[in-house]
Amino acid sequence: MNIENKLLKQTSLEKLIVKLKEEGKQIFAPVIKNDQVEFAEISAMQEMTEDYIVTVQSAKAVVFPKVEKLFDFQTTKDNVTIVEKDINAIPEIVLLGARPCDAAGFDALNAIFTWDHLNDNIFVERLKKTTIIGISCSKFDGKCFCTSVNGNPGATKGSDILLTKIENGNYLAEIITEKGQAIVTKYSDLFEVATEVDKKKFIADVPVKFDLKIILDKIPGAFENKVWVKQSLRCISCGACAYVCPTCACFDIQDINNGHEGHRKRSWDSCGFGLFTIHTSGHNPREVQSQRWRQRVMHKFAYMPERQQVVGCVGCGRCSRSCPADMNLKEHLINLAEEVAK
Amino acid sequence: MDSVKKKAKELLENQSVNLIIGYGEGSDQNVRTIFISQADEVDQLIYDERCVQNLAFYLMKHEVKHLGKLGIVAPLPVMRSILQIASECQIKEENLVVLGITSKGELIETTGFKDIENYIASCELDLPANEKEIIAKLDAMTVEERWTFWTNELSRCIKCYACRAACPMCYCTRCQVECNNPQWVTVEATPMGNLEWHFMRAMHLTGRCVNCGECARACPLKIPINLLTYKTVMTVKSQFNMVAGTLANMDSVLSSYKTDDKENFIR
Amino acid sequence: MSQENIYKPYLMRIESIAEEAPFVKTFRLKFINEEDANAFTFKTGQFGEYSVIGEGESTFCIASSPTKKGYIECTFRQAGKVTSALYRRDVGDIIGFRGPYGNIFPIDEWKGKNLLFIAGGIALPPMRSVIWNCLDLRENYKDVTIVYGAKTVADLVYKEELREWEHRPDVNLITTVDPGGETPDWKGKIGFVPTVLSQEITSSDNTIAIVCGPPIMIKFTMPVLEKLGFKNEDVYTTLENRMKCGFGKCGRCNVGKVFICKDGPVFTLKQLKELPAEY
Repeated sequence: MNIENKLLKQTSLEKLIVKLKEEGKQIFAPVIKNDQVEFAEISAMQEMTEDYIVTVQSAKAVVFPKVEKLFDFQTTKDNVTIVEKDINAIPEIVLLGARPCDAAGFDALNAIFTWDHLNDNIFVERLKKTTIIGISCSKFDGKCFCTSVNGNPGATKGSDILLTKIENGNYLAEIITEKGQAIVTKYSDLFEVATEVDKKKFIADVPVKFDLKIILDKIPGAFENKVWVKQSLRCISCGACAYVCPTCACFDIQDINNGHEGHRKRSWDSCGFGLFTIHTSGHNPREVQSQRWRQRVMHKFAYMPERQQVVGCVGCGRCSRSCPADMNLKEHLINLAEEVAK
Repeated sequence: MDSVKKKAKELLENQSVNLIIGYGEGSDQNVRTIFISQADEVDQLIYDERCVQNLAFYLMKHEVKHLGKLGIVAPLPVMRSILQIASECQIKEENLVVLGITSKGELIETTGFKDIENYIASCELDLPANEKEIIAKLDAMTVEERWTFWTNELSRCIKCYACRAACPMCYCTRCQVECNNPQWVTVEATPMGNLEWHFMRAMHLTGRCVNCGECARACPLKIPINLLTYKTVMTVKSQFNMVAGTLANMDSVLSSYKTDDKENFIR
Repeated sequence: MSQENIYKPYLMRIESIAEEAPFVKTFRLKFINEEDANAFTFKTGQFGEYSVIGEGESTFCIASSPTKKGYIECTFRQAGKVTSALYRRDVGDIIGFRGPYGNIFPIDEWKGKNLLFIAGGIALPPMRSVIWNCLDLRENYKDVTIVYGAKTVADLVYKEELREWEHRPDVNLITTVDPGGETPDWKGKIGFVPTVLSQEITSSDNTIAIVCGPPIMIKFTMPVLEKLGFKNEDVYTTLENRMKCGFGKCGRCNVGKVFICKDGPVFTLKQLKELPAEY
């Protein structure tokens, strides 16, 4: 569908939020909590903030929650009953204030959860019921590198509607998908005719820092390169990077047993943890951190591009911001591009 | 830092150490740990108020340990961590050169753990005033208020274990939460499960925490979990008159006893 | 759920339990739901996620042949949390099963060839499925040789089946135990599997070799096969890694870009040599 431009006034966005809430949708937007900006549920525009580069955690929790129940069960001496999850009960969600990098991240998650025509239907249902109203970036910081991984601060990919703040606190609204169009059609009085706007004027100019082509081309052959040990020497194997990343989706499956009833859950995990790959025998194919660091980067920049045709990184820089050891991913990728080109 | 750089250069030149762990400039005004192995790299070493990461963590990291004999730049919290780890028999005095530094970055001449013990004995080890204030506030709450405070804070926890990873005392090769037979603490992040994890960790750190604050600094959500272990530090001081990380050969507070202990149930 | 929940297991009842060796059991499992039983198919080489509902899941191959309808079998050793819970089950108890996952032994491509099966210890279960599958289609293959060894006589699994294979005129079975593992009445060979292999097998002509065993056995068996002239694409083995989902989503079992649960567990030696050292 062709992208249509509309004008969304500040006051109209306020009204839109109220209307969507009245419809029964849950609205998640960036909110200041404990001196940090995180996605949280809101009922009115004044609860949200627009003063952020990106939120600390990604928005992936709306489609891939940190804990997801897969099914309930009841056990008696002779019988086991499995009670399925009612996916119709999954609520409709509007994710407001996702940055273009956040929106692009959903593509990577979708590629994983629907890989090879095998669909994780809980994820698919959550994604189906999520409408993304993105907001472009007018500023960036030293950890951002979206333009180096095929993104940019005004990209429409992944959003259903993309808002760009223009003059007078109003927004240029680009209607990108049918889901976005459905909102515009329903609340057509809130979306006005757009005047000619040079969107570029209101979008940050993020310089490209490394050639992604070199990385995608050379990383698959870099398994034995010594660069992995050098880069990961200061990594403390904490797992924060994977948890705040919009495209990391490695998970664990656990049974919770309360005697005669319980449930099976899927929860976040990280390939950076020491025991992620350990066998019951005690053998661990990735015993040391450098091997796990290599896995992290190669998974995102070699395996996912080849197997799922998507780069596993959107350049949001959250990993670098959350890292207690300053493992700046952008810097590592620049270094990697140099090392593998040798 | 000049005295430190000079010493570092000497150590590398005469090969008394293979590697020195210290602080260096990172990205965007951050500080990062650097590992220098050549004498001409010593100019990269820095020390200022941004240098708070507890470098003692790296003494236990496999890839670092195997690079040979280590030297380490050590401000007070790092020195204390080193003594505590040594108390727990995790490192040997002869395998480590400690470049102790004052809060101004000046080298403290030490030739072994005894000198470090003496230096630490001369330092003020009490918590900084602002932290004592927060703990006093928590202490002044009723039990219900404090419970509400912690359940609210810890419900945000995503169980990323950055707190554990950053702590030099959390060096167990298989942490209690990584045991599944039995599954002592539930794997995923639920409000009650988060409480179990953090309280368990605070107990495991009782008598061992040196208040470096790394756990709270590493937390991506800025949950003030250091307050839990700081409180245990204060309790251990008042109940046992012991402070972690002050001697290289200290008994463990919760797991050692003597026949003249004041608790008479043990006799 | 209107659509299929890929995490939901089939419920199976344990029809029989065989104690193979110390801490090793075989379960014969029947689908509780007849519709599931009729609809279920798999091919040899594939695996599943078996669970004690409430304890967790564990990954084992399907040890029975697809030619046997109405049930599947699995063999496992008690080692960790889930296998211990499985080990404590009784006949009649209910087990969860998800599968079949993974790729297959391409037995159609082996028609008209000699088959050499080499296995050690607890690694006979993945082979048992393909051995029986081939024996049930015996006319498709020429000579069938099985070389199987374990540490001690007690550690040999499928003792009943070994007796049956021994007595079949169309199978050449060679069993061995490690030096020191023999009992006074042991009539088989004594020696490590690679050693016995090099003594007993003299030709690789028109032969497919299938090898499963502990890493140390594989390490010493591959050179023997190479010396005999086996081409890398004619030698098959299985790999295993820690798994959770079994279908390529949890990101745990990959060796380089290859997911053991999707591109494996069956690999030729040629494919194995192209894998990075991460297993």
